[in-house]
This record gives sequence, structure tokens and C-alpha cells, in this order.
Amino acid sequence: MEDKGTWVVKKGFAEMFKNGVIMDVTTAEQARIAEEAGAVAVMALERVPADIRKQGGVARMASIAKIKEIMNAVSIPVMAKCRIGHIAEAKILEAIGVDFIDESEVLTPADERFHINKHEFKVPFVCGARDLGEALRRIAEGAAMIRTKGEAGTGNVVEAVRHMRQVMDEIRRVKNMLDDELVTYAKEIGAPVELVKMVKELGRLPVVNFAAGGVATPADAALMMMLGADGVFVGSGIFKSKEPVKMARAIVQAVLHYDDPEMLAKISEDIGQPMEGSEIKDLEIRLQERGW
Amino acid sequence: MSIKVGVLGLQGDIREHVEILKKLGIEAVVVKLPEHLEKVDALIIPGGESTTIWKLMKITRMNEALKEKIEKGFPVYGTCAGMIVLSSGVENYPEQETLKVIDIKVRRNAFGRQVESFEADLNIKGVSDGLFRGIFIRAPLIVDYGENVEILCEYEENPVMARQGNVLVSSFHPELTEDTRVHELFLKMI
Repeated sequence: MEDKGTWVVKKGFAEMFKNGVIMDVTTAEQARIAEEAGAVAVMALERVPADIRKQGGVARMASIAKIKEIMNAVSIPVMAKCRIGHIAEAKILEAIGVDFIDESEVLTPADERFHINKHEFKVPFVCGARDLGEALRRIAEGAAMIRTKGEAGTGNVVEAVRHMRQVMDEIRRVKNMLDDELVTYAKEIGAPVELVKMVKELGRLPVVNFAAGGVATPADAALMMMLGADGVFVGSGIFKSKEPVKMARAIVQAVLHYDDPEMLAKISEDIGQPMEGSEIKDLEIRLQERGW
Repeated sequence: MSIKVGVLGLQGDIREHVEILKKLGIEAVVVKLPEHLEKVDALIIPGGESTTIWKLMKITRMNEALKEKIEKGFPVYGTCAGMIVLSSGVENYPEQETLKVIDIKVRRNAFGRQVESFEADLNIKGVSDGLFRGIFIRAPLIVDYGENVEILCEYEENPVMARQGNVLVSSFHPELTEDTRVHELFLKMI
């Protein structure tokens, strides 16, 4: 009588991350630091996005040994990334028992036309989106969680802000539309009309919506929460900062107290030097343009 | 005077509990700081990550304030992570700190990782009108309990819901369903 891997169980798991911080880690030691700081989950990686960007080449799923090492180190959920459209990498990650898969533009895409049919999996997926249409296409494919793409590995929050504002703006517009207008609007943004209707009813995405891609300080995390994020992914921002333990702890608290400026001031006081950031216009590759 | 029920608003599926309380016509208050406890008649600790919720409770000493209130009879209900926080200890992570306000020992992620998460129909003592859809997400189990603990529900002979006096716990998430019956059971304790 028990049903595993149902939509309710996958979507419900994502709800448990709300008001939480998910941190990129590359070693068991970093995973323990993240757990100790209060992360709700860790993302197991071979290299953080800032290093992927610097080193170039093809970025693939992390090694199984690396992911298992991290899974064995902590009691909190462990996520891992697969390439866009790489069904086999996703199957492998599911087989080793990863708790959540990020079908991510940070890795080099394996398919330039199709994303993975995520309904076929028991393990839930999170995907990046820059606007409402993209978010709803991913949900139609079975994503149980959405995040902004931002621009990973830059320490520059501007793109995450753009994407969160874009999605929120479109949700507000849908809320005010007449039912007559929804079909045409769905066509314009390239999303299934049933999901557009659901957004109108709920006044939000039908799944949890996190911020990601460029968050580097407690203030950045608070900003994303102010703009309506349900929680925050921090990639390079923790372990590329000068004092990762302090930074990790401060970002966790900033997500909780984002609406209390005095608390934020206190939280931001002793965090050491954040990661170095880059200007978006100087980038050779814009990871956010991957995904269809 | 109408009752107000708090939902511990540190981390997790806070909104889902608030919505189910609203559906029952109950005023729900999100509780972040210890002083907010004075404004509510009862508290729900939601699902989320128990390690995160505990760390955030400790920073503001919410853990101490809440323990003191519960020991004086304040009604509290914990789902999943909330059950772990209220328990007397974690079998597989013995170093993990808890409130120790209900005499149960729990095992975290007792069914395995997320791919093992499931839904199943449950028979709950005190919940009439048929089975209840239990949603178990990386759920904990009660592996040991004291004589004052009443087991309200078992799944495959494992206890998944229990009550001791003013403390109610469940491994599963009624807040992720549209079914209000478990919340109604808790409201009767106020």
C-alpha cells in the first residue's frame, strides 16, 4: 500500500528546505562545516562554479567516490548536479541514493534541445529558470523545485535579482489576468496553460522557488528573500570566502532574519572577506544561457 | 476568547501548517523569537531539517524558553523534524541535542534516503472517518518509548505517532495533505 517517489513526496520534500540555505561543498570536511553552520542540504561537487569557470573544459557530473564521501559525512540531505539532458548521469545519481538532483546549466549541457523527463524518476529534481515560462516548462517536465539561474561562480548577485524579479513580475501579471487571456499568454511564454492557470490560482509557482547564482554575502541572501525567494543556494560564496565557517553561519541567519535590519547588521559584522566578484559583461561564458 | 496557535517559523514547511490552521478557522501566528511564545496558546514545530531548526533555536535561546513552557503544560505538536526536536534523543546521531519533553527515542532517516520516501494509508487512534494519508519524507521513527507515552499510530508495526500529556508528535506530514483531522486532534489538546 505504500507509494514511493510520488509527486506529493517529491514536491513535499522541497517544501522542507524553505527558509533554508543549501551550500556547495567539494569535500567531506566542507560538508561537515556546512551542516554545523545550519545548512538544510549540501550540493556535492567536484569543483565550485567559480573554479569550473576558471578552468574551462567540459564540466560533468561529480565522481561517484566524491559524492559518496560527502553522503557518508553528513546527516542532512545531499544533492548533486547532472548535465542538462543527461539521462544516464541522472539515473546513476538516483541509483547511488542522492536525495535531490540539480539538472544544472553550471555543467556543460549534454542535450541542446531536450531536458530530462523528470517524471520518470523517484528522486526529485531542481532546475534553474530566468523567467516564468522557463520555470513552468521545467515544472511540466517534472521539476519539484525551481531556482533562479543567476550567474554562477561570479559572486555577483545582479543576475539572480533580475531572474527573481522577472518571475515575480510575471506571477503578479498572471494573477491580474482575465481567464480569457491565459491561453494566449501561455503561448507567448511557452508554458502549458494548465500550469499558468495554477499560478493564477495560487499566486505563486506551484513548487518551491529558491535563489541561486551569485549570492556571496548575508546581505545578498537577505535581498533574495526580500524579493520573494523561499530560500537560497550558495555556491562559491562560502568556500571561496576568507572565513567560510563565519560566512556560512551568517548566511543561514540572514535568511531567517532578512526582514530585521538590526539583526542583519549584527549578523554582517564579523564575516571576513567575501569571495571576489566579477562583472557580468567581462565574462567569456554566460552559464545562464544554457537551458531551453 | 478565540485561540491562537503558533507555528515555529525558523525553517521548514511553516506555510503549510499556517494554511491548514486557517482552513480550520484558527488564527495562526508565526513564532520566531522566545517572546512571541507569550502570544500563543499552543505551538506547532514544522517539518524541515532538525539540525538547522535546533541551531536556530539555540541562537535566540528559544529552546530553553520553549522547554520551560512545555514542562508547565503548554501544548505542542511536532511533525517529522519537529518530532526529532521534541524527542528525548536520536538513536543514530547520539550527539544531536533535543528538547527532551517526550519520552521517546527516535531514529533519523529511518526509512532511508529521499528515494525511499513514501505515502501510505494510516489508521490513527482518535481520528475517525477512515484512514489518513501519511506522507513520510526522510522520516524518523520512534524506536523506544517510556510507559507514559501513548502510541497513536503504527506503520508496519513501527510507532509513527505518539502523545505524552501536552506533547504530540508524528513522523509524517499531515500539513502536506488537505486533510485537517490530525490538526483537529491537536486542537482538542488546547
